[in-house]
Amino acid sequence: MLLARVIGNVVATQKNQRYEGARVMLCRQITPEGEDMEYTTLALDSVDAGEGDIVLIVQEGWSASTAATKKAGAAIDSAIVGVVDRIDLLEAEK
Amino acid sequence: MQLARVIGTVVSTVKNESLEGRKFLIVQTLDADLKPKGKPQVALDAVGAGVGELVFWCRGKEASFPFKRDATPTDCTIVGIVDSDEHIFNGER
Repeated sequence: MLLARVIGNVVATQKNQRYEGARVMLCRQITPEGEDMEYTTLALDSVDAGEGDIVLIVQEGWSASTAATKKAGAAIDSAIVGVVDRIDLLEAEK
Repeated sequence: MQLARVIGTVVSTVKNESLEGRKFLIVQTLDADLKPKGKPQVALDAVGAGVGELVFWCRGKEASFPFKRDATPTDCTIVGIVDSDEHIFNGER
């Protein structure tokens, strides 16, 4: 799973009917220390995350589909599955 | 499957209901010489691993197989704890 910060969302009126009504969030991967990384991705929201939230993103089709639409088989490869409250790192890694 | 060191924990209260009660750990993947490889990532724990331990993780759909609930969304799961660093037997080393 990725750690990421929600940096916005995407409005798409015309989208796959399996995820009509779902929110498509724009996210940027971060390091465990909280620094921005290069990688950005779109992910379907399953936990009501908002802009600025640190989130956990699953990048595997079956998991993303069941998490965000409650059914397998939707055309999704990324879903937000949790909002992060706190990250604790080993002292040596800081 | 890949070897990794558990280097931290992630606390998440608001999460997908299938993930309730599960533990998120930050893992740094290691190569055969136990040197860090790639970026740290978040893994779901299936074996009771803790910070500092040497573990191995599994990716893909199969990562959700260790959990009884048949809809646990995860793409990275810790599936084993290596007894110690000395229990990696690498013939090339």
